[in-house]
Amino acid sequence: MSENADFQFTIEAGKAERHYWMDLWRYRELFYILAWRDIAVRYKQTAIGVLWAVIRPVLTMMILVVVFGKIAKLPSEGVPYPIFVFAAMLPWVFFSSAFADASNSLIGNANLISKVYFPRLIIPVAPVIVALIDFMISFAILLILMVWYGYWPDWHVIVLPLFLLLGFLAALGAGLFVASLNVKYRDFRFIIPFVVQLGLYISPVGFSTTIVPEQYRLIYYLNPMVAVVDGFRWAISGGNTAFNPEELIMSVCVVTILCVTGVMYFRKTEKTFADVI
Amino acid sequence: MSVAIKVEAISKKYIIRHEKESARYETLSESLIQGSKNIAAKIKHPFKTRTGDLQTQEEFWALRDINFEINQGGKVGIIGRNGAGKSTLLKVLSRITEPTTGKIHINGRVASLLEVGTGFHPELTGRENVYLNGAILGMSRKEIKTKFDEIVAFAEVEKFLDTPVKRYSSGMYVRLAFAVAAHLEPEILIVDEVLAVGDAQFQKKCLGKMEEVGNEGRTVIFVSHNMGAVTNLCNTAFLIEGGQVVEKGEVASIVATYCKIQEYQGGELPGGYSVNRDILEKNNKPAIKIENIKVANPENTGQGCATGDPMHIDIFYRSSRKWISPAFFVSIKEMSGLEVLRLSTLPISGYAIENLFESGVIRLVIDCLPLVSGKYYLDVGFARESMEFILKLEHIVTFSVEPKDVYKSGLLLDRSRGLITVDHAWSHAEC
Repeated sequence: MSENADFQFTIEAGKAERHYWMDLWRYRELFYILAWRDIAVRYKQTAIGVLWAVIRPVLTMMILVVVFGKIAKLPSEGVPYPIFVFAAMLPWVFFSSAFADASNSLIGNANLISKVYFPRLIIPVAPVIVALIDFMISFAILLILMVWYGYWPDWHVIVLPLFLLLGFLAALGAGLFVASLNVKYRDFRFIIPFVVQLGLYISPVGFSTTIVPEQYRLIYYLNPMVAVVDGFRWAISGGNTAFNPEELIMSVCVVTILCVTGVMYFRKTEKTFADVI
Repeated sequence: MSVAIKVEAISKKYIIRHEKESARYETLSESLIQGSKNIAAKIKHPFKTRTGDLQTQEEFWALRDINFEINQGGKVGIIGRNGAGKSTLLKVLSRITEPTTGKIHINGRVASLLEVGTGFHPELTGRENVYLNGAILGMSRKEIKTKFDEIVAFAEVEKFLDTPVKRYSSGMYVRLAFAVAAHLEPEILIVDEVLAVGDAQFQKKCLGKMEEVGNEGRTVIFVSHNMGAVTNLCNTAFLIEGGQVVEKGEVASIVATYCKIQEYQGGELPGGYSVNRDILEKNNKPAIKIENIKVANPENTGQGCATGDPMHIDIFYRSSRKWISPAFFVSIKEMSGLEVLRLSTLPISGYAIENLFESGVIRLVIDCLPLVSGKYYLDVGFARESMEFILKLEHIVTFSVEPKDVYKSGLLLDRSRGLITVDHAWSHAEC
């Protein structure tokens, strides 16, 4: 085994390790284990345990149905209003929890960083996976809601995973960036909740993009989650709600930039994490 | 033999920030003003670290130009005082932090154990933590599964596997954590002072396990302040001082060098005792001077004495005149000041020193130390023939006695079962 070339490497000052991505593959189980830890810990010492993972989104959905469907009676482009909102809320909740948890993940695992080696990239990815699992559960509830309203999506729904991927990458890219900044400047810990809160209001979760004036649309589309949220709604409503290709192109560009710079910045600062944290 | 680790000119620099005296805010209003100025400056240059007015920066080289090679199967001890750079070196070798300059070639899978129980989550059960910790240390789930029973048996926590580790006693916690790490199978094992935890018995078990690892032909790098452990486990050693390797070679000679340095510095010596240098310096009677005192376990140099072990106490003296029938006293006291034992040449033991010249050493041999485990100190005195004290050095040596099951009863003796032990026998006859 010692002759195995896989395990021969050189640590050199200032040089990016060529073995990084290989190590990432070798430690792939750690993605799963860390995500599992976060979920397992969350429901420890609760009476009903993992059931909370289901109850939480169900309660959210019920509030939505009662408040918006029965009381408010807002217009929703022909889709039952609870579905209209819930379909948009899912990707947003996924993004916000993935982004916030990823951003704080390095600080939360400081003891690991200063005592063991593994590719640090695993740490901020794990909470994104956790958020993805939560998303799956909520999505199942959306399906139940659709059955309840007798509302069936058409072929548009097959593009849903692509929008999910876009949301995943947006959360990861932004999360990596802020996580590495957070190691050195803990100020970000206080900024993140505001960003998430603001994000909810500048993403078309409670309203439709159509109410944004034409001249501001381009700036509005800089928020990559606009296309993800709109896209979700579009796919589920069978193309009945507003969605235009401009926002998709814009979003893909922004997400690509976020991811590339996020990974680059993370890789660059990663080596000093153990010294700074 | 092929090379497992080759280190070329490794240095590691840290930047330390000091806040200048004048920059400390005195009053609330001052601190508010200064604080807002800082914020303004931060907003103007958000990521520029200010140098100059408020803070001064200092470079600190934790490691300087370190070079060495370790062959496959080599067992190397790294010794040095606190802050010498041992832990930094281990962190660089295990890739936790990057060196500032230099190169390291590593050939083999590395596992480093810098802390026991890294990544243990208090809310998770013992079983869950074995998997979590194993994965963090680089084991695959399959590997852990096959070794699971072995790990649990080693840790002796079978009954508590499904209890959250936050309810574990600290001993159980440490045992489980070490057990996971002990079952790693890397080609290169890097171990920091992790054996300082746990009781003596478990430490022995851990050392045994590490020896096993060493005997399987793996490379071991071991940092410890326990010279006995280093001597047992390693065949070569590096002495690190001020971030540099000052000596490499056979483990015995390096340990000896280190002990000399330690003795000179007056810190805790490898035999588990320390000498109060201040008192030693101040006993400046021109006629007689006690220059040094050594406490040793002749059967196991470098390790402390346990209950029932033999003990040698050597008193090194220098005198400027001739003494006729003087006496040396050694008094062993418990930390509370209770005198447990007083021994002397004449008049207590009847051993007479006829004449005492210039310099020499007086040795007190205790064949079987009757003290139970704990800390003790020594008073040492010198008296002339008329029993008038010339020198009385109180609290001159502090030493600890390790616990041992002297009566083979499965119990480690401590003060809850009396202060001393004695060779004894029971018998029974019916009348």
